[in-house]
Amino acid sequence: MSHRIRIVGLADGLPSSESASFEVRADEHALCGMERLGRRGIPVGCRGGGCGVCKVQVVAGRYHTNKMSRDCVSSVEETQGYALACRLYPDTDLDIRVVGKMGRAFTKAELSPSQGGDSVTAGKSPAFDMSWRN
Amino acid sequence: MALTGVLRPGHVALRVLDMEASIHHYTHVMGLLETARDDQGRVFLKAWDEHDHHSVVLRETDSAGMDYMGWRVDSNATLEKFAKDIEESGLASELSWVAADEHPQTGRRFRFTTSTGHVMELYAEKGKVGNGMPTLNPDIYPDGLKGMSPSRFDHCLLYGDDLDNTMKLFIEILGFTLTEQVIAGPDKLVISAFMTCSNKPHDVAFIRQPCKGKFHHASFLLDNWGEVLKAADLISRNRVSLDIGPTRHGITRGETIYFFDPSGNRNEVFSGGYISYPDRPVLTWTDDELGRAIFYHDRKLNEAFLSVVT
Repeated sequence: MSHRIRIVGLADGLPSSESASFEVRADEHALCGMERLGRRGIPVGCRGGGCGVCKVQVVAGRYHTNKMSRDCVSSVEETQGYALACRLYPDTDLDIRVVGKMGRAFTKAELSPSQGGDSVTAGKSPAFDMSWRN
Repeated sequence: MALTGVLRPGHVALRVLDMEASIHHYTHVMGLLETARDDQGRVFLKAWDEHDHHSVVLRETDSAGMDYMGWRVDSNATLEKFAKDIEESGLASELSWVAADEHPQTGRRFRFTTSTGHVMELYAEKGKVGNGMPTLNPDIYPDGLKGMSPSRFDHCLLYGDDLDNTMKLFIEILGFTLTEQVIAGPDKLVISAFMTCSNKPHDVAFIRQPCKGKFHHASFLLDNWGEVLKAADLISRNRVSLDIGPTRHGITRGETIYFFDPSGNRNEVFSGGYISYPDRPVLTWTDDELGRAIFYHDRKLNEAFLSVVT
């Protein structure tokens, strides 16, 4: 027994919403299914319901969840279909929207904005995003 | 005695979502030893070669992360002096005393919150329960070790915003030594600090991030690279959530593997490093070399490793 999970809307690393769907076995959570098949779309963090980067909102379908950190999913959000994909077990096929994202604290060098015209840093833009301090 | 003041990281208290799964992880997979449970349902554990009663405290609740980290100091006189010095420094907030025996076999603890939002404690007394071997003509390890069986709780890496005042507190008030740092940008802003109260590459490390009181990992010491590889086997065999490794750090030179407990708190087991005497020059890394600094083999930044915290 397995259920199909479809990621609706644009998600991380996916060219279009059409390409994002995968089968999840009855004994595994949504994130595990995605990872096992080598698929992408939902950011992968701790896989333990603690860090929140794999947060999704279920927009169609039935499911159940294991305990999730309240720091990541509030009780109100829980009633609105929000869940962590690593604690999410589909009971039917599901449509989900990706909410969580990997923090931007440290960004890949090529994605980081260069800090001004400093000749030392020009051409090797900072790997560490400190823009939050400005 | 030559090593005085703060002796070592003595305990880390972690929040877990599922106590039963956590106990399985920390005892069966990691090989820590349960030493007590209290009437609040907290579970106390230690690594095999630690003589003190506990070094890990687990508390079941509805979030993950670190409640606090405790430091053993050399005497009650030192404890009182540090309490006074911390108060006068103005570098910490929410100062309080926790009564003796609030942790089993533990004396009173002086509790404070760093400017990065981390709750820290100092204490001078904790019961010695031994390492399973006599202190007279001992063997080298006891029978019956399970799992990864690290010999001790070693350090934590923590995320918070006001790194400057936290560094000041640890270095100027508590007598820690800065061993390594990461600097960023033309202003050479210190974005990460590795500090020791002893001879280790670090007893605690911080990364500057726009948050308060976040927990990156608690780390436990193994003997050698072979044991790190064996830990990797045990991680797969027990279907533990792997973060990254086995690999090597540039910073601290540790041979390492990272994984998550069942509530998403990151653990590390590692070996290696170096001896750091207080007069050893500080090693400095720049942010454009951060990939090699963090993972010496991969030499590139790993988003999940750097961004996922509890």
